[in-house]
Amino acid sequence: MARLDHLQRLEAESIHILREVVAECEKPVMLYSIGKDSSVMLRLALKAFAPAKPPFPLLQIATGWDFREMLEFRDATAARHGLELLVHTNEEGVRAGVKPWSHGTAYADLMLTQALRQALDQYGFDAAFGGGRRDEEKSRAKERIFSFRSAQHRWDPKNQRPELWQLYNTRKNPGESIRVFPLSNWTELDVWQYIHVHNVPIVPLYLAKPRPVVRRGGRLLMVDDDRLPLGPEDRIETLSVRFRTLGCYPLTGADESTADTLPLVIREMLLARSSERQGRMVDHDGAASMERKKQEGYF
Amino acid sequence: MVLSAAATLDDIEEYLDRHAHKGLLRFITCGSVDDGKSSLIGRLLHESKMIFEDQLATLEDDSRRVGTRGAELDYALVVDGLAAEREQGITIDVAYRFFSTDKRKFIVADTPGHEQYTRNMVTGASTADLAVILIDARKGVLTQTRRHSYVVSLLGIRHVVLAVNKMDLVDYAQDVFADIERDYREFARRIDLEAITCIPVSAVAGDNVVARSERMPWYRGPALLEHLESVPLADESAGRAFRMPVQWVNRPNADFRGFAGLIASGSIRSGDAVRVLPSGRSSTVARILLGDAEIPEAVAAQSVTLTLTDEIDVSRGDVLCAAGAPPGVANQFEATIIWMHDEALLQGRTYLLKIGAKTVNATVAPIKYRVNVNTLEHLAAKKLELNDIGVCGIELSSPVVFEPYDDSRVLGGFILIDRFTNNTVGAGLLHFALRRSQNVHWQALDVNKRARAQLSHQKPCILWFTGLSGAGKSTIANLVEKQLHADGRHTYLLDGDNVRHGLNKDLGFTDEDRVENIRRVAEVACLMVDAGLIVMVSFISPFRSERRMARNLVETDEFIEVFVDTSLAAAEARDVKGLYKKARRGELKNFTGIDSPYEAPETPEIHLDTALLAPEAAASQVIAHLREAGIIDAFTGGAGLTWEI
Repeated sequence: MARLDHLQRLEAESIHILREVVAECEKPVMLYSIGKDSSVMLRLALKAFAPAKPPFPLLQIATGWDFREMLEFRDATAARHGLELLVHTNEEGVRAGVKPWSHGTAYADLMLTQALRQALDQYGFDAAFGGGRRDEEKSRAKERIFSFRSAQHRWDPKNQRPELWQLYNTRKNPGESIRVFPLSNWTELDVWQYIHVHNVPIVPLYLAKPRPVVRRGGRLLMVDDDRLPLGPEDRIETLSVRFRTLGCYPLTGADESTADTLPLVIREMLLARSSERQGRMVDHDGAASMERKKQEGYF
Repeated sequence: MVLSAAATLDDIEEYLDRHAHKGLLRFITCGSVDDGKSSLIGRLLHESKMIFEDQLATLEDDSRRVGTRGAELDYALVVDGLAAEREQGITIDVAYRFFSTDKRKFIVADTPGHEQYTRNMVTGASTADLAVILIDARKGVLTQTRRHSYVVSLLGIRHVVLAVNKMDLVDYAQDVFADIERDYREFARRIDLEAITCIPVSAVAGDNVVARSERMPWYRGPALLEHLESVPLADESAGRAFRMPVQWVNRPNADFRGFAGLIASGSIRSGDAVRVLPSGRSSTVARILLGDAEIPEAVAAQSVTLTLTDEIDVSRGDVLCAAGAPPGVANQFEATIIWMHDEALLQGRTYLLKIGAKTVNATVAPIKYRVNVNTLEHLAAKKLELNDIGVCGIELSSPVVFEPYDDSRVLGGFILIDRFTNNTVGAGLLHFALRRSQNVHWQALDVNKRARAQLSHQKPCILWFTGLSGAGKSTIANLVEKQLHADGRHTYLLDGDNVRHGLNKDLGFTDEDRVENIRRVAEVACLMVDAGLIVMVSFISPFRSERRMARNLVETDEFIEVFVDTSLAAAEARDVKGLYKKARRGELKNFTGIDSPYEAPETPEIHLDTALLAPEAAASQVIAHLREAGIIDAFTGGAGLTWEI
């Protein structure tokens, strides 16, 4: 038999990580953000536990500003695999009228970070899988695969446990929980490649198609429905666009593109000269901002 | 990694096909602080087009603000990702970076050079196939170069590149390079590092990193990247017997029972005979599943699920092996331990050991020697401090399936976990099983603890009195024993002072000796419980870890921790034996409460506050607890007079 190629090795490593958590933790959950990384992570979980179903629920943090197509995709995916799906929204944030375009950083904190913490506390999950990759961002590049959080969900980057070979120490102190990143060693290209080779379903928003957009501060925002306030100067155009990364629609910029098939998307990605998260405003304030967010409990 | 903008769809498909079947090389960069590790990686990422435009903009901005290279780009800032690292200009933790060329994919772990962060270097090195050890051409071989080379050798990294960096600062002089190469090879030979490739480079100027440099025509070897692209990749399945630690048992319904795991070595086909260790039972592989697809063969490094033709007992932590070539099973080993925690490893203390999918209790004793990584001398040691590397005996609470680390990272590598803090405190490499474990058998006895206890109408247990010197432990324990004895119970009192006159007279009061002191007493108490006795142990026993060790020796309901709680001021005021005065005068070293810590129990079964209770009342409270817990009969003492005949 031929030597394993790198995608086979990455797949095997991720499956090993998923199984180790199920074997050693009491109440795991999978953070399911509906994006391409979550799609791959879910596929790996289905493979890890087949013919059984993955023995944990999916958790999605809904902000109320999610793309409609993402929510449809989410519900269809959970139904197709017969998986338990938990959806949590920070209701305090909703009541306080927190809006993505008017509350900036506070929005991300309340509707993503705080919402995630609420959900983990409410259900008492002791381990949560996330689709984060080390190639995404500098502080992620430093993070362990099994990353511990204090009872306050804080990450202490200066005091991470050694992590040797494929031996993961999953023992927690009271109140601690673990964020586990099975895709730590995957790159963006690996994820696309895997989706391509294994026909992993993804949200259609990743593929180009004519969509209604407005221009805001150099970004193209999709007019997903009438919740996006439009000013007199806003002009809705229909352009062929797609998304490199998916978050809340008022914060996620679209790219003009004609890449309407996976190979074309991959081609575009290979030729692209700007990194993935640039499309997301959330990650964009200051060099150490992701590290700070992570310390506060952001995934 | 480069794709032309004019690429057609066919080109993409071909590109993807080629990319999908590349091999993967994982390597680390290590060496002393400021040898230019991060700069080298930054250079590799840049030259292989892995730095995107927005990252480049951030880098230009950061280079101007906090860079160490003046107006030039400071590539180190690409990899030093933590705020603390960027502020201090040092690497604290290992960073993983990814790049690929037309030939291969690479995962590089940039590891910190400071000695205090060696554990993070070990983390990066444990999964590497190759190590790039950097040396500053102006400084030559340094202590950290030796330390990292030693760790690289220990961890069995087969390929080593010595990159003599900053050649631009020594005018690309051949003799400087040659001297360093000679020094290094001399050291490498002593630590059994064999396959070494030495390359003169300048990470900052780009010489011999991606392409061969014209500024060093005297060097005829490959540039660094060329070498990384051509070094042979390991093949874990070739020529090695099949082993797979069972990670998880998959039982979705009564018809399916699969054993899931990552294959550690060798390969397996359906129909192959396998043996389950440690039980030794045999069976045959029925099906091999990768996800829900059945495959005819699986090889090392794949995560699969196997089903067997027989209904035999297999659980997590067992190892499935080729039936004809099973590995060893043992519970005593010689191992090298790399200590990674601020609190030292103490000889005799018990830790959790995780190997493969199995976690057991492990006691480290004896520490044979510690290695001075600079001189390679063997030094006597009773403890291993942070970053120490030592060779030790290690004894496990139950046998594990193993292979020497040199043969198998999976079945020979382990981590040690502190049972109290749950931290990963050490990493270890098994060398060989000690013969003793094969020759010392557990003798099964017909008269057991239950039989002995029934004869004396009591449940055996340990009453573990802990507290400061002079708290009143022995006074209270003595009163309890008198009462129990009067009631016809079979008892024994192990008193700290008395035991130190005999069994433990060879021990002093250092932390290591205190651990051993408690270990012996706990073992003796355990034997006495087995003999059916109610055992009172009256020892200061200042460390939680050892009290927990004692607790774990017996059944859950057989250990009763009695905290004799007295404030230091009260104990010192009492000072029956005059020991506090001596300790205050500095005549007694390591005296608990004065210059050695006392770790109070967090949840003792019995808490006696001596400020509120006289010794007699305290003793009554203990007796009452024994009645409630069913240790002694509630209605009568009296030699079993009321028991049914």
